[in-house]
Amino acid sequence: MSAAAESSRSTRRRDIAALRADFPALAQRVHGKPLAYLDSAASAQAPEAVIEAIAEHQRHNHANVHRGVHRLSERATEAYEGARGRIRQYINAASAEEIVFTRGTTESINLVAASLGSGLKAGDEVLISWMEHHSNIVPWQMICAKTGARLVPVPITGDGEIDLDTFDRLLNERTAIVALTHVSNALGTVNPVAELTAKAHAAGARVLLDGAQAVPHLRVDVQALGCDFYAFSGHKMYGPTGIGVLYGKRDVLDAMPPYQGGGEMILTVSFEGTTYNGLPYRFEAGTPNIAGAVGLGAAVAYLDAIDFEALARHETALLEYATDRLREIRGARVIGTAKHKAGVLSFVLGDVHAHDVGTIVDAAGVAIRTGHHCAMPVMQWFGVAATARASFALYNNRDDVDQLMDGLAQAAEMFA
Amino acid sequence: MNELQDLYREVILDHNRQPRNFGEIEDADRIVEGVNPLCGDKMTLYVKLDGDKVSDIRFQGTGCAISVASSSLMTERVKGATVEQSLRLFDRVHEMLTAPDSTEPPQELDKLAALSGVRESPTRIKCASLAWHALKTALTESAQEVSTE
Repeated sequence: MSAAAESSRSTRRRDIAALRADFPALAQRVHGKPLAYLDSAASAQAPEAVIEAIAEHQRHNHANVHRGVHRLSERATEAYEGARGRIRQYINAASAEEIVFTRGTTESINLVAASLGSGLKAGDEVLISWMEHHSNIVPWQMICAKTGARLVPVPITGDGEIDLDTFDRLLNERTAIVALTHVSNALGTVNPVAELTAKAHAAGARVLLDGAQAVPHLRVDVQALGCDFYAFSGHKMYGPTGIGVLYGKRDVLDAMPPYQGGGEMILTVSFEGTTYNGLPYRFEAGTPNIAGAVGLGAAVAYLDAIDFEALARHETALLEYATDRLREIRGARVIGTAKHKAGVLSFVLGDVHAHDVGTIVDAAGVAIRTGHHCAMPVMQWFGVAATARASFALYNNRDDVDQLMDGLAQAAEMFA
Repeated sequence: MNELQDLYREVILDHNRQPRNFGEIEDADRIVEGVNPLCGDKMTLYVKLDGDKVSDIRFQGTGCAISVASSSLMTERVKGATVEQSLRLFDRVHEMLTAPDSTEPPQELDKLAALSGVRESPTRIKCASLAWHALKTALTESAQEVSTE
């Protein structure tokens, strides 16, 4: 703990550009070229502090939590709950009971869809948008099919913003749940979620925000947003995979039935009946991903020490630079031109298929994502089968962008 | 030859730029939809049979250069061949795509040997094999959707 706190203090004084050195994975070469990692929206690299926190936990403190009275179990519990407390503070939740550990954003949304969604009735509506990730579409489709509720997607504009007029029109007294992404993974659009949450609440709906792409770029304050649920993943915010968070307002979570059954989520079990544990444990059946939570706690400590205004300036400048340079590439067209964007440059390159673009820039040492980005409706909306996506994190710099552009120029030439 | 040149050989780029047998067969005997779930790419394969001969074969759809070139090369080679010869070719191509990098493709594959460059890019093997799985389905089963997953 004290080591992490110390590294936090030293990070605060450091320039954003200097943080790159904290990420050991970025020092390697691929295909003989320096690695330009521009796929952080899929999964961000972890800083040494996170890697070390996980290793240290596995080396000395590995044991089950909330079970044993022995020293290691106590230490593991302390580390696990310490991570929860740190996350609570970081997103400004009112209490640690509102922080449920999950496998990631997908499981967080599935939990809400299955549990809160079990109260849906035929005729109820679940409002989402056309720019959602499949993880914020399919769980709702499943619960709608089960309950007879209707899934209603709000269209988006040509720039890739939620069509606010249509949102207002589609929101009505039948709307039971509104589930929206805070930042689009495929387009980079930052949605006005505080405003939309207030409107949804005025209509009597519960609100879930998918924050997977927002937490690495924005300081999120769940109380200021006012949402009922906020879902995010560890590995997109410099933590490990397999761990994520569901924030839920205490009174809303309290009224929800359990999701999975098992150990940890119960107080007493007999064949006559079972009494369930309190929050957040009621939603954490089974032995959790303890090392993952510890790693996520370390990632949050790392982020907590960063000046987010400086980070936003850094990432915005990089996105603008990349967008400008992309204009030099023959046939390149940006998909997603919202006024307010974070960290994502999605594009097509003339007739060249995104997979070919991805393979060619990979040979130049550049990692980007290509395909439908688990957001097939977005692709359908823009009439493209797939896009190439460069995404930016705190550790990227202009050299990464230049390396990408060299690769793209080569792709354009090869397929000319 | 570097990896990239090995993957995108001239014959691949040429067949991607100008795919042969691209289009529909209105009175096709077999129609098969091929889907690559990795990227959502779809191709439709149309086969016209005359006895045990593939008298005409065409394809339509969108895909990466590897998948388009593979479809194009396949139709060029299979058109006029017997069903048995075509299925044998499927086996040879399948063997080539899944063989270790260093294996020399058999002579009989001729131009199709250009597809062997995908072996160094495991994620792209599916792109090269999609058309071939569609062909096998078209020639052995009643037409249905095939997937490379």
